[in-house]
Amino acid sequence: MELHEFSLRELRQGLRNRDFSSVELTTVLLKRISALNPALNAFVTVTESDALAAAATADARRAAGEDGPLLGIPMAHKDIFCTAGVRTTCGSRMLEHFVAPYNATVVERLTAEGMVMLGKLNMDEFAMGSSNETSYFGPVRNPWHTGMVPGGSSGGSAAAVAAGLVPVATGTDTGGSIRQPAALCGITGIKPTYGRVSRYGMIAFASSLDQGGPMARNAEDCALLLNVMAAHDPRDSTSHPAAASDFLRGLERPLQGLRVGVPEEFFGVGLDPEVAATVQAGIAELARQGAAVQSIRLPNNPHAVSTYYVLAPAEASSNLARFDGVRYTHRAPNPADLTELYQQSRYEGFGAEVRRRILVGTYVLSAGYYDAYYRKAQQVRSLIREDFRRAFAEVDVIVGPTTPTPAFPLGAKNADPVAMYLADIYTIAVNLAGIPALSVPCGFTAAGLPVGMQLMGDYFADDLLLNVAHRYQQETQWHRAHPSVHAREA
Amino acid sequence: MDWEVVIGLEVHAQLNTTTKIFCGCPTAFGAEPNLHTCPVCLAMPGALPVLNGAAVDKAIALGLAIGAELNRHSIFARKNYFYPDLPKGYQISQYELPVVGKGALTVQLPDGGEKVVGVTRAHLEEDAGKSLHEAFIGQSGIDLNRAGTPLLEIVSEPDMRSSVEAVAYLKKLHTLVRYLDICDGNMQEGSFRCDANVSLRRPGAPYGTRAEIKNLNSFRFLEKAIEYEIVRQRDILESGGRIVQETRLYDANRDETRSMRGKEEANDYRYFPDPDLLPLVLDESRIERVRETLPELPDARRMRFMRQYALPAYDAGVLTAGRTLADYYEQVAVGVDGKLAANWVMGDLLGALNKAGVELEDCPVSAGKLRLLVQRIEDQTISGKIAKDIFDELFHRGGEVDAIIDSRGLRQITDVAAIAAMVDAIVTAHPQQAADFRAGKDKLLGFFVGQVMKASQGKANPDQVNAILLEHLQKG
Repeated sequence: MELHEFSLRELRQGLRNRDFSSVELTTVLLKRISALNPALNAFVTVTESDALAAAATADARRAAGEDGPLLGIPMAHKDIFCTAGVRTTCGSRMLEHFVAPYNATVVERLTAEGMVMLGKLNMDEFAMGSSNETSYFGPVRNPWHTGMVPGGSSGGSAAAVAAGLVPVATGTDTGGSIRQPAALCGITGIKPTYGRVSRYGMIAFASSLDQGGPMARNAEDCALLLNVMAAHDPRDSTSHPAAASDFLRGLERPLQGLRVGVPEEFFGVGLDPEVAATVQAGIAELARQGAAVQSIRLPNNPHAVSTYYVLAPAEASSNLARFDGVRYTHRAPNPADLTELYQQSRYEGFGAEVRRRILVGTYVLSAGYYDAYYRKAQQVRSLIREDFRRAFAEVDVIVGPTTPTPAFPLGAKNADPVAMYLADIYTIAVNLAGIPALSVPCGFTAAGLPVGMQLMGDYFADDLLLNVAHRYQQETQWHRAHPSVHAREA
Repeated sequence: MDWEVVIGLEVHAQLNTTTKIFCGCPTAFGAEPNLHTCPVCLAMPGALPVLNGAAVDKAIALGLAIGAELNRHSIFARKNYFYPDLPKGYQISQYELPVVGKGALTVQLPDGGEKVVGVTRAHLEEDAGKSLHEAFIGQSGIDLNRAGTPLLEIVSEPDMRSSVEAVAYLKKLHTLVRYLDICDGNMQEGSFRCDANVSLRRPGAPYGTRAEIKNLNSFRFLEKAIEYEIVRQRDILESGGRIVQETRLYDANRDETRSMRGKEEANDYRYFPDPDLLPLVLDESRIERVRETLPELPDARRMRFMRQYALPAYDAGVLTAGRTLADYYEQVAVGVDGKLAANWVMGDLLGALNKAGVELEDCPVSAGKLRLLVQRIEDQTISGKIAKDIFDELFHRGGEVDAIIDSRGLRQITDVAAIAAMVDAIVTAHPQQAADFRAGKDKLLGFFVGQVMKASQGKANPDQVNAILLEHLQKG
């Protein structure tokens, strides 16, 4: 096995044994990035010299006796997390040259542990997209098949982890943006319970839905990262006082007696039969380990996508108002007046999908439409929450497919936004409810594309999801498969 | 037939917290532009608001003082509009569920009457920054020091029926917020400003269409703007026209209101609950904690002054209009006659402060010194007239009351023999006037008193001078 395929536990052991230093490890991965990123476009910014300096610092800390689980381990952040001194683009022309004077709380915490940031990862513009094609910096390609999308919006994170450019990365999930690309790229990613991970310094898309989380090659690595990411943050009013936890503690618990619910609504029309069969096999493995599987109903799940596409754009239309051409954003040259400054700067700075969602969001909040759209959607959101509450009275974990199809070709859904929105049909309800959910690789299609199985849990059951995924990965090898990515020929 | 004017006020009181409402930046006025800013109040990407509890406590204090319903569960909402000095592109405010609900304020009118004005609600919100148009040619500067300063918007019912009532209400509210120490009340700096909604109707008819006059920052401007608006609307209505619902600005230089924007251009603010902030939940213990810190309120204090110091209603009203003044008065009035103390505070003290343009907080004559001065009048050490000279010296040059009396030899002459000697000398020196007095010219008594006081350099006790003179002259 090569260094770039090591898990965090293996990397830590290697660093401890002085098999390699953080500088050596960092150098290997930087070389790999420089060779493969042109083919994948996973990185928007590579911070080579900062990374080597941080690795040297980590080596010095280790020499001084420190031995933290993440010390000296390379990683990269989705370009939605603000990083002091390194530009944060959010995948947009609007922020192409924006350099924050502060670190996101997530960045601050992982940096303090001695993690080495290699750069910033590509993403759908302002996290709005399911294929990573809305990025101003060009689409990311799926390491398993570079003609396919990696999913989105955390497509750069998923592709970078899958291709072995970094062992772990951060992502964010508003309607599936961690789980869907994790599924399409064959990695493990968890969207924690809303309030677990601080949103401070994480550029807002839809504040009531956004949640940061780890993306890695297995559940244990996710747990290691989440141990640091999850913490109460007084700078985020929606951060939960009991956000922190030890996610490694219960990882090994056997699945005997686990109550697993399989929602009928997740296996209906629109689900690719290969995906269905692969996920059923994954559920069978859980049953083999002693889980009691039963069928359940989530009757309001079919309304999740339309509810989401009212609420998320509504919040986004307001969240993105600060990008107005006045301060740190793209500014149109020589506007005739203030109105033109706004209109031109925003027209030029935002891509088509972002503009579409701002228009939708502005519309649903307008006088005369608010009750019919925004208020109604909030009511449906309560019903969706209630669905889960009822379900978790009967089962511990809900299991189903993460996505309706495997990765699709680049450009396939660009002309039809609604078809693209349906890529998140199984992931969105989770964000509306605020519960945690995880995607774990559970097999491949005949064409060799990864399939993800989604585990959903009750509020603050993040540790249970990681436990189930970990036990599953003890008995399966899907997460150990690595794509063979080749440097693009010149 | 007459027109009835209907007035409602929206008052913006800047809460005097040390830090802003959603971040830790100072609220101090007058710093270099953009010095008091941080990622939160600059609306940098990813920055999030965290509510300042001190601002909430101040809102609770106002709610308790006007006997209002305090909503145990209130919601912050976003008011969306684009403006360069509004960095987030929305203002965080409260909309459907404000922290303070219905209350009322009892207002004293200049004619001695009282009126109860309903308060519809009071809600917390953040202030915007400032656009600076001077000193930039073809461009505007943006100063975000004020962005995020906490405001309490206090909305009245349309209960006022004249500019006099509106001014009285605004003055009462102004007094109250300073008593509660929730706002410094500085109208010039914009810490306390108001918008007036004015409409006319025939008595008993439904409300007419209103105009909203924005940003009135003095009592006088409020009065003049309303008076102008009454005439303007009356002229339109009486010539058969209709009032347009619109926002107007008062121009103090021209003493007129001008249209800013009509309703058709009005923004759709697209209010919705701010997902970055949790609902504001007030528990009983927090409300009780604020209640315990409430000072004696102006109405209660005014009544007590009338009772405890035997003051007329007018004096009690003036002295309790400000908490600092009332505190000062109460320190002066310890152990001396209440009315005499009130005369000194309201007359000489306020007059001197006004003339010198000095605030009471910076008054060079402490309450203790003024009390001693009043005591020296009461114990007849000095006369009231001499006391005015001493006050003048204390105010302008400083010093101690007794030291000035002694060093300048101002102690009042009460020795009967000494006064009698002076009287004798004066009467002897003016035989003609003495003869005229005895012949019935009573008015000449004043002449003799003046002469004796002059001879004593004002130090002779005037009552004694009077008595001894009369006795001496009549004795012949």
